[in-house]
Amino acid sequence: MGTHAEAKTITDAAARYKAGVLKYAQMGYWEPDYVPKDTDVLALFRITPQEGVDPEEAAAAVAGESSTATWTVVWTDRLTSCEQYRAKAYKVEPVPGSPGQYFAWIAYDLDLFEPGSIANLTASIIGNVFGFKPIKALRLEDMRIPVAYVKTFDGPPTGIVVERERLDKFGRPLLGATVKPKLGLSGKNYGRVVYEALKGGLDFTKDDENINSQPFMHWRDRFLSCMEAVNRAQAATGEIKGHYLNVTAGTMEDMYERANFAKELGSVVVMIDLVIGYTAIQSMSKWARKNDMILHLHRAGHSTYTRQKTHGVSFRVISKWMRLAGVDHIHAGTVVGKLEGDPNSVQGFYDILREPVNPVNLTRGIFFEQDWAGLRKVMPVASGGIHVGQMHQLITYLGEDNVLQFGGGTIGHPMGIAAGATANRVGLEAMILARNEGRDIWNEGPQILENAARHCVPLRAALDTWKDITFDYASTDTLDFVPTPTAA
Amino acid sequence: MRLTQGTFSYLPDLTGEQIGAQIEYCLKNGWAVSIEYTDDPHPRNSYWDMYGAPMFDLRDAAGIMGEIQGCRATFPNCYVKVNAFDSTHGVESLRLSFIVNRPKNEPGFALIREEAAGRQIRYTTRAYATDKPEGARY
Repeated sequence: MGTHAEAKTITDAAARYKAGVLKYAQMGYWEPDYVPKDTDVLALFRITPQEGVDPEEAAAAVAGESSTATWTVVWTDRLTSCEQYRAKAYKVEPVPGSPGQYFAWIAYDLDLFEPGSIANLTASIIGNVFGFKPIKALRLEDMRIPVAYVKTFDGPPTGIVVERERLDKFGRPLLGATVKPKLGLSGKNYGRVVYEALKGGLDFTKDDENINSQPFMHWRDRFLSCMEAVNRAQAATGEIKGHYLNVTAGTMEDMYERANFAKELGSVVVMIDLVIGYTAIQSMSKWARKNDMILHLHRAGHSTYTRQKTHGVSFRVISKWMRLAGVDHIHAGTVVGKLEGDPNSVQGFYDILREPVNPVNLTRGIFFEQDWAGLRKVMPVASGGIHVGQMHQLITYLGEDNVLQFGGGTIGHPMGIAAGATANRVGLEAMILARNEGRDIWNEGPQILENAARHCVPLRAALDTWKDITFDYASTDTLDFVPTPTAA
Repeated sequence: MRLTQGTFSYLPDLTGEQIGAQIEYCLKNGWAVSIEYTDDPHPRNSYWDMYGAPMFDLRDAAGIMGEIQGCRATFPNCYVKVNAFDSTHGVESLRLSFIVNRPKNEPGFALIREEAAGRQIRYTTRAYATDKPEGARY
C-alpha cells in the first residue's frame, strides 16, 4: 500500500506479470477513466482505510479482493480475459462530515456472476474482502443490479398486487400481530391468541422468528391449532385470514416437510427467517411459487451487520437481494417503533421493495438508479413497538402497501386480544378514510383517532393506554447527505 | 354477524357524503370506478356480478353516485361494493374496494369440519345464505 502517485495501472505486460507483489492500483483495479457499462453490477462501499493507506489504493484493493485478485501476481491471469474480469474501482470521494471515510464506486462485469444466485453474487461482493487487513472497516452501502442480471431471478412468488387480489384486501395497509409471549405457549393456547386477534379484525397473525419446534410446542401441534383458529376467524368475519407459519428448521428437508404440511392444511402463507441463508431462501421461494403460497421473511439477525454505519452491509442492499431472491414480505422498519430506523433510510428501503424503478435519491440513501424490470414488489412489514396511536405517522411515513404489525399493541390491550385487534382496525380504517378525503392526517391524526373512538370503545381504551408511548432514541445507521430527522 | 370484507367495514356504514368523497379521491387518482353486487358473500367469491362495466369514461362523482344509487335500489338486499381500478403498469389491479350496501340481516357463515387422517381437519366455509338459490337468499 502506498501513495497516490504510485496508483497507476502498469500497462507493459512483461512488467505487469513479473512474479512479485504489486499495488492493487498497479494491477488494474483502479481505473478512474472507466465508464460503467449498462450490464455491469455496481457497488458502493464505505471504506475506512488503515493509517497511511491512500483511498484509491484501498478502493482498488476492495475491487481486487472482491473479484479476481490475490495478494501476489499470478501468471495464470494471462490465460484469461483478465482485463474484463477485474472489478474496477472508478470513483473515490470522501464521505461528507466523516473524516477518514471514503465512498468507493466499483464496477463488476456481468460474467463474474452465476445467473439467479444470490449466494454467488454475495460470495464475490462480500466474500473475503470485509476482513482485509489494510482496511479498518468496510460497509457495502448500495448496489446497482443491471436489468440483464435482474432478469435471471424469479423474484417474489406472489408480490403485492397478487397478494392483495388473493386476499381480497385493497386500499389500506394489512394488519398483523406476532403471538406473544413468543416462547412457552402450548399449541392450544397459542391458537387461542391467533383466533382472538384474527376474529377481532387483524388480517394476519405471525409466529415469531424463534418459534420453530421446541419442547413446549412441536411444530405440527402449532400448525394444527393455528389453522383451526384461522378458519374459525374466517367464518366469523367472512374475510380471508392468515397466520405466518414459521417453517424455519435445521435442514431443508425439514423445512419442505413443514411447508408441505402448511399447504395441506390450507394456509395462505408460510414464513422463514433470514438466518436460514440465501440459498435456503431461494429454495423456499421456488417452493412458494410452485405452491401458490405467500412467503414471509423475518429479518432475524440482520442488525449484526446492518446497524453500524462503518462496517457491514446496509439494509438497503439486503432489501435488493431479498427482492431478487424472491420473498413476498420482509420486515423493513417502522420509523416510530422500538427498533433502529432513521425515517429517510427506512423510506428508502420501502422504495426499493415496492417501486418499479428507483431513481437516485441521496436523501433516502439510494445511490444508484435501479430498474426492477417488472420484478414483482415485496410487501414491507412494519413491526416492533408500534401502536394505534401512531397510525397517522405510520401511514404518512410508510404509505398503504405494507403490513402493520401490532403485537403488544393487540395482545396487551386492557379489554383483551380481540378488542385490541378491533381498535387497530378501526383506527386504521378511520385514518385511511380521512386521508382519502384530503385531510391533513399528520396534524389532524390524533383528532381523527379521538373521533373514531367515539363509536369504538376498544379504540378509546387503546388510546388511553398507549397514546404517550414513543421510542425517541438517536439512530445509529444515519444518512450522510441530509440532517437526520427524528420520527415524530 | 357483520361481513368485514372491503376497506371500511369496521367503520359505521358510510354516508352518501363520505362515499362521494372516496369517489372524488379515486377520480383524482385517475382510477376507474366500478360497482359490483352479490348475494354470495363467501370470502373466496372473486366474481361478484358487475353492475355495468367499469366507468372508465365517467369522471363525474355525481354521475357515479347516481349509478351506486341505481344498484342499491335494484338490489336492496344484496351486498354492493364500489371498486377503483388503477391501470398503471405494475399495478393493473384494484386500489380501493369498499361495501356501500348490505342485507338487513347477515346470517354469516358455518364452518364445516371434516375429520381426516391423523389430527387433520379439512375446513369449508359455507354462507348460510347460499343454502337458498340465487336471488332468494336475503
